[in-house]
Amino acid sequence: MRFLLTLATVAMLTAAACPAFAQGTGNPPIEVEQPWARATPAGAQTGAAYMTIENKTGNADRLTGASSDVAGTLQIHEMTVVNGVMQMRQLADGLPIPAGGSVALKPGSYHVMLIGLKKPLAAGETFPLTLTFEKAGNISVTVPVQAMGAMQDDKSGGMGGMGGMQSGKSGGMGGMEMK
Amino acid sequence: MRSRQVILTAIAGIAGFALVVLCLAFALTFRGAGQGQHVAAIGGPFTLVDDNGAPVTENTLAGKPSAMYFGYTFCPEVCPTTLLDLSRWIQKLGPDADKLNYVFVSIDPQRDTPKLMHAYLSSFDKHIRGFTGTPEQIAKIAQEYRVYYKRVPTDDGGYVMDHSAIIYLMGADGKLVSVIAYQEDDAAALAKLNKLLATSASS
Repeated sequence: MRFLLTLATVAMLTAAACPAFAQGTGNPPIEVEQPWARATPAGAQTGAAYMTIENKTGNADRLTGASSDVAGTLQIHEMTVVNGVMQMRQLADGLPIPAGGSVALKPGSYHVMLIGLKKPLAAGETFPLTLTFEKAGNISVTVPVQAMGAMQDDKSGGMGGMGGMQSGKSGGMGGMEMK
Repeated sequence: MRSRQVILTAIAGIAGFALVVLCLAFALTFRGAGQGQHVAAIGGPFTLVDDNGAPVTENTLAGKPSAMYFGYTFCPEVCPTTLLDLSRWIQKLGPDADKLNYVFVSIDPQRDTPKLMHAYLSSFDKHIRGFTGTPEQIAKIAQEYRVYYKRVPTDDGGYVMDHSAIIYLMGADGKLVSVIAYQEDDAAALAKLNKLLATSASS
């Protein structure tokens, strides 16, 4: 009995600890961890969602698209700042997720761009996001919206969270380090 | 035959020497420009509208130093981040903040109407004003400020913009004092803004 209880607890904890799995398949090929998005300014038509995608399979996969009911169009983009010029490029062939590796979508790098927001993303809210992978198929996650100044999935952020700024490199609000 | 060869060699020698002198002269000229004239060449007259729809020119900013940032509201990351950074610095300047102009100039006039910019800027510090205009007017100010911007199509028929992501710090006389790079840390950015404030106190 005790053993069964332990087993059940372990099973429950395991299930709780595992983020979104690809649906429909038995094995957990791709995991989407810590999805988050930034609150958007009033009137803004675009937003960005970030996350870490872990590929636990032995096969390379590719994030090819995304959809959500909060925006009309979702695209996979890469942002770079080169010589003071910001460039944003749609990844036409998707974002490769190497076998056994993980790829971080984060500010200053890759992101899922939300185009044609139906309303601004407000801090504290969540929205559904479905990611489409070439092999793993669709994975749905719930994306929490962080304060506009957030630089990663974190509870801090907002105009008030400036006290703990680290020396030197400031990412944005709350002393989060960028890159 | 021999003398002809001598003459040719001499001509080649003179030509070579002249080329070296010319190159040196060029190098020195450009070095001089890099130190003085080039910096002074950033900025200039413009005619735009602000986010209330009122006409603005370089005279609107005259008398106060200005922090100018060129971007667009369709921008998901760099522009809100920069405007948020700027908002935080403005708050840190305290009452001195009123001694500077802060302007967000759109490089996407097709989408950025005064009304949209006004709504967008309501999410940031109220000191920041939005300027937009016709594509021609924006092209002119971008050229004057040496701002790079380029329209890049996306496969949904839309477009995004590549653009310079630095904040220009202009003196009260409309001449460039310094720039704040994207993601520059708070201490460095505030030092530059305070230096800019000092230029207004001494002038």
